[in-house]
Amino acid sequence: MTMKRLLAASAVTAVAGLAASASQAQDLTLCWAAWDPANALVELSKDFEAQSGITMNFEFVPWPNFADRMLNELNSGGQLCDLLIGDSQWIGGGAENGHYIKLNDFFDANAISMDDFAPATVYAYSTWPKGTPNYYALPAMGDANGWFYRKDWFARPEIQEAFKAEYGRDLAEPKTQRELMEIAKFFQGREIDGQTVYGASIFTERGSEGITMGATGALYAWGFKYENTPGSYDMEGAVNSPAAVEALEFYKELYQCCTPPGYDNAYMEQSLDAFKSGQVAMAMNWFAFFPGLYADPNTGGDKIDFFVNPGQNVEASTLGGQGISVVSYSDNVDGALEYIKWFAQPDVQAKWWSMGGYSCHRSVLEDPDFVNSAPFAGDFLEAMAGVQDFWQEPAYAELLLAMQERLHNYIVADQGTAQEALDGLIADWTETFEDEGKL
Amino acid sequence: MSAYSITEPSSRAKWTAGILVTLYAVITMVPLLWIVATGFKTPSDAISYPPKVFFEPTVEGYVNVFTTRTRLSPEALAALPPPANFAEEIVRQYDMVIAGPSRFGERFLNSVIIGFGSTFLSIFLGTLAAYAFSRFKIPLKDDLLFFILSTRMMPPIAVAIPIFLMYRQLGLSDTHLGMILLYTAVNISLAVWLLKGFIDEIPREYEEAALIDGYTRFQAFYKVVLPQAATGIASTAIFCLIFAWNEYAFAVLLTSGTAQTAPPFIPTIIGVGGQDWPAVAAGATLFLVPVMVFTILLRKHLLRGITFGAVRK
Amino acid sequence: MTESPITRVARATPEPVSRRVRGLSDRAIAWIFVAPTIFLLLAINIFPLIWTIRLSFTNYRANRLNREVEWVGLRNYERILTDDGIWMNMQATAHFLFWTIVLQVLIGFTLAWLINRKFRGNDLITTIIVLPMMLSPAVVGNFWTFLYQPQIGLVNYVVEFFTGIPANSFSMLGSVTLAPWAIVIVDTWMWTPFVMLICLAGLRSIPDYIYEAAEIDRASKWRQFWTITVPMVLPFLMLAVLFRGIENFKMFDLVVQLTGGGPGNTTLLASIDLKREAFEKWRTGYSSAYAIILFVTVFGLASIYVKALNKVKER
Repeated sequence: MTMKRLLAASAVTAVAGLAASASQAQDLTLCWAAWDPANALVELSKDFEAQSGITMNFEFVPWPNFADRMLNELNSGGQLCDLLIGDSQWIGGGAENGHYIKLNDFFDANAISMDDFAPATVYAYSTWPKGTPNYYALPAMGDANGWFYRKDWFARPEIQEAFKAEYGRDLAEPKTQRELMEIAKFFQGREIDGQTVYGASIFTERGSEGITMGATGALYAWGFKYENTPGSYDMEGAVNSPAAVEALEFYKELYQCCTPPGYDNAYMEQSLDAFKSGQVAMAMNWFAFFPGLYADPNTGGDKIDFFVNPGQNVEASTLGGQGISVVSYSDNVDGALEYIKWFAQPDVQAKWWSMGGYSCHRSVLEDPDFVNSAPFAGDFLEAMAGVQDFWQEPAYAELLLAMQERLHNYIVADQGTAQEALDGLIADWTETFEDEGKL
Repeated sequence: MSAYSITEPSSRAKWTAGILVTLYAVITMVPLLWIVATGFKTPSDAISYPPKVFFEPTVEGYVNVFTTRTRLSPEALAALPPPANFAEEIVRQYDMVIAGPSRFGERFLNSVIIGFGSTFLSIFLGTLAAYAFSRFKIPLKDDLLFFILSTRMMPPIAVAIPIFLMYRQLGLSDTHLGMILLYTAVNISLAVWLLKGFIDEIPREYEEAALIDGYTRFQAFYKVVLPQAATGIASTAIFCLIFAWNEYAFAVLLTSGTAQTAPPFIPTIIGVGGQDWPAVAAGATLFLVPVMVFTILLRKHLLRGITFGAVRK
Repeated sequence: MTESPITRVARATPEPVSRRVRGLSDRAIAWIFVAPTIFLLLAINIFPLIWTIRLSFTNYRANRLNREVEWVGLRNYERILTDDGIWMNMQATAHFLFWTIVLQVLIGFTLAWLINRKFRGNDLITTIIVLPMMLSPAVVGNFWTFLYQPQIGLVNYVVEFFTGIPANSFSMLGSVTLAPWAIVIVDTWMWTPFVMLICLAGLRSIPDYIYEAAEIDRASKWRQFWTITVPMVLPFLMLAVLFRGIENFKMFDLVVQLTGGGPGNTTLLASIDLKREAFEKWRTGYSSAYAIILFVTVFGLASIYVKALNKVKER
């Protein structure tokens, strides 16, 4: 018996090749991040299951690991996901490395027109190279970074009065980044209902993409550009322009003056925690969370309201959101395309919005009732009109990590100046583009 | 150990020692108890400030760690039949319904399969190798033993890239078998060294007597040596299990869907908006239980195992 | 022996196993017993290591399958060794390594020494004390971020209670000066029991008659401690230091969950940086060279240390 076991043990490596899991062709697995809209998609997809007879499986990965896990999966040619709702920045890599199937022929054959979707979302979520009519995804979930605040606090007469006395204007949703900071300063350290509260919770997370997504909210508002001419990789004078330096200094000041203690590595979850535990007057986060925030029993309902990222020199918001792609390693490509065809229908898109997903379909967005369908719907339209995204290059992860490090070191660890941080960033990015053979 | 005599500490010394060590134990238990307590809080109690020491316990965290939930509109909710069980009832408070089981059960099961599977395999292969190193003349024995030990020094990430590429080729990525083999390879150095120490201590005379009685080598090995080495095997198993059970780096790099274990999963449990600390704490508590039970059962052997068989009289 | 053990085993199987085995020589059995272990280690440790060495001379990227791979010679090594950032990471690693070992040895030895006085209930308390090391480091790291949270965590309130420093006035993980200590504290909390257990084993291995002889010679307790206890436990202690040293040099999970390397790279341990290069930026060639440099460092240090350990043991 011992011998047999021994043999079995030494033979395992030989049969290892057979161990790869074979999924059933009739099933589809959809991969996305684990967050509120994903749960809504599960509900929505029940209609698809009923219509098609295909069983849907879902693999939702929490945000902090989402990019790591999914890119790892794609890079190892994994067959876990048939459909992937991947982050907008992955489109370059997905297209160039052959992870995603090109959808043009499929769209043509099934009369799906990209003209039916909001242009900003098509540009951001579907095309590669950027802006060309080569589609690798269908816009699935529009999103941008926005703000929300304690409407009940803003409305209190004593607070209104105190604010007016201090700043000479009414306390209201900020129209510029500078106004936002004033309001945050006003609330910082104030006693409300016997608790010390703070100005705003903002993104400062270091490991994945948090601080970049937060700080670009200020950078874009100051008119930040990645290149002098799009597609030229000519960054000197754009990335480190005086406006960019000013914006970065602003974000650092906002972090230092007006955030609750300990929010030095904060992203979506922490920002939500800060708001829901009543620590802050304002907070930034993705629109995707707004339905959940509005429904929160403690801080939702009539206690909350929303506003779009305030401009400074220009009106702009940081883009979030994702398109849905078919993974080329899938063994059920037909089923996956079937799903996309179903998902693109206007009535499914309308239901998607009603359940908490941010549809990008124009029939939904341009519906006259849309603006009144939720307290943040109008803000959403406004935000999507001015969204800007990070690099979507195949090397985006490298570019992003460089920016994360530079920004976190400057803003949170208080090392060097804004000018040095941005100059350093250009150096990092130049190195990456040189490695890529693009410079 | 010989009977205590003049070296027996005075009762005052014992008391002081007892008090100091108990004090340390209390301090060291606080974070652990905090994890357990957080598992029984509501999400808003968990993030209240200042932290709540006294609170009304709830199993919400445990419900959340095992389920996924969907928010419904008030109208849809009103149309539903009343909650069927306590879990539904808890979830309904938040205008949500239970959509299905979470991945926690699967991840936990994966941990059991991979943790115990690789522990078994490490012990099995380790016992064979240790026996051979202990009893037979093997050329370059010392070099081989050092080679085995040295594999333990490798940073996991140093070999993770080729293992990633190799597994991708062999189709072993994200499989139970792949992870069992990998953890076995990491644990086997420890197993061989520990077990060799234990087997060295078993007098050869026992086997020789058995051989004279007509036993084969194999029979002598599993009828005489194995029972004698049982305690050593048990303590080795604890250490192999603790590693395989808790390993994170390989798990996060090489698994995604089917074979992912609980350690990469637990820190990422999020509820509806925001990290669900009670659910994280509940998951962490449940995850501690098997290895804790295993350890308490085998605690008598813990001390022997930890000396690694390397330093002996 | 000309045949490999594997073929020998394979040849042996078709017939009833027990009958064939009877005929195997001790030598064959020895090889059969050792071979699977060696084979596994070669397949999953040595082969990948050689592969890593090979990759370290290329510009390969594991996420670009269709890109041409070029030999770049020693360029990766050159880039790493001349990179200031990496020397900073080495310093962070050294800080972490040094202080965790010092604290764990001091506390662990003291505890073992106290427990060895065999007060009533010492077994139970030992079992309680070792619980933290049973936890998954990733889970521990994750949960300590919660404990370290200035507003909602426990740690700052405990500090406030004892020192009066307001809880919301400092952030253990957010401050450049405190974060390197925050990770040391968690590691010490988790792994002191391990050092304690090894020390306890050492203390219990000292035969009583040595102390009895010292008593008869009227050596003071202090003298007994320094001339008997310490030297006898030293090999055990050194072993504990070796294990903790190797483990903490490889440290990844705990710290990555706690700080992710921040703030400002102050807790960016070498292994975290390596993971980032290898699996986030996908600079496979570059990170392979990095991995080799780390491996050579830990291997070299450990070898020197093992030599010293053997000398101590011989005394």
